[in-house]
Amino acid sequence: MYDFNFAPVLAAFDQLAIGAWLTVRLSCAAMLIGLVVSIFCAWGKTSGPKILRAVIDGYIEIIRNTPFLVQIFFIYFGMPSLGLRLSPNSAALLALVVNFGAYGTEIIRAGIESIHKGQVEAGWALGLKRAQIFRYIIMKPALRTVYPALTSQFIYLMLNTSVVSVISADDLTAAGNDLQSATFASFEVYITVTLIYLALSVGFSALFYAIEKMAFKYPLSR
Amino acid sequence: MIRVFGWNEFLIIVVAAQWTIALSAIAFAGGSVGGLLMALMRVSEVRAFRRFATGFIRLFQGTPLLMQLFLVYFGMNIVGFAINPWIAAAVALALHASAFLGEIWRGCIEAVPKGQREAATALGLRYYHSMRHVILPQAIRIAVAPTVGFLVQLIKGTSLASIIGFTELTRQGQIINNATFSPFLVFGTVAAIYFLLCWPLSLVARRMETRFSRATAR
Repeated sequence: MYDFNFAPVLAAFDQLAIGAWLTVRLSCAAMLIGLVVSIFCAWGKTSGPKILRAVIDGYIEIIRNTPFLVQIFFIYFGMPSLGLRLSPNSAALLALVVNFGAYGTEIIRAGIESIHKGQVEAGWALGLKRAQIFRYIIMKPALRTVYPALTSQFIYLMLNTSVVSVISADDLTAAGNDLQSATFASFEVYITVTLIYLALSVGFSALFYAIEKMAFKYPLSR
Repeated sequence: MIRVFGWNEFLIIVVAAQWTIALSAIAFAGGSVGGLLMALMRVSEVRAFRRFATGFIRLFQGTPLLMQLFLVYFGMNIVGFAINPWIAAAVALALHASAFLGEIWRGCIEAVPKGQREAATALGLRYYHSMRHVILPQAIRIAVAPTVGFLVQLIKGTSLASIIGFTELTRQGQIINNATFSPFLVFGTVAAIYFLLCWPLSLVARRMETRFSRATAR
């Protein structure tokens, strides 16, 4: 019978906590920057010039049909030959942003397309400026419509950050790897790390639910 | 001595794609059996089954695939099996697929109008026959497009098996890269092969989805 030994894992729990904190920061930063990328690409896809649409389409298809692990290898190991040398953490952030941007674009585009054309025309008729129409008439209700899809994409992004440990970014999984090689208590270490991830995704789901209740309080239709 | 990235290196990478395809196929086969079981438990009338399936699905959807691979890999040893990347990767990916397919198929089973089940009961069909001849044939039609979509996700997921030392497409790319040190070409090739595997499936899934929503739009 195997003797489980959680003592060394619990003794080094602060290391795991530091890693978890980087995972949280990395995920949030990637989400925020990725959202900006997504909104820009969604705008480009719905109302940009033809060539921009083609470029964005290519970007989305390539990212969505290749593994994140290969994308991160390409960015971390391949980019230096183009003169872009990044630290592991920056490469991880860049890869996550690029990855999230592709999925986010499709989500936000679906939201934008759910806005009825009459709404925009009503905005023009009221004399709103282009930027105002985009912000108040398109983006605000669109974001509300796609909020659930965006939040589950965020959870997916956060779980995906575990992969960045392979380029030795120091996230939660990497902290687990270090602890594993120091203690050889592989199973105990990884079950603890897994439970932390589970707690993070449950926690974020609860947080997003609370935000939804607060931010989208106004009634949906009159 | 650094090897040059030439035809041979290219072919070694292309040939390694067979292990990615084999692993995906095994995981998908295992995941289909597990997924059907999970979906049926999820819509079951027995509360313990529903709870178990919900917990299983939450657990696998709330933790990284990489951790699932690690836990199966190191866990095998604890249960008394010798560590074997092949089996660990296949088992972990099959469990992962079971959870995701279970959740997808539950939605498809629930999308079959309730009257169908009631009609089957009214005709005197028991659980097995009403599922086998009434509910599932209709649910399968709804399920095809999202299932193909998940298959793309699963193929991409097999790349993580490289981290526990299973030599498939990504791992072969890493090995070649260590010898040739031309990461741009190597990982470009690897990415292109994944793209060629996944893109047709994505297109098929999307086309079926549009056709289905057009056919069911009233």
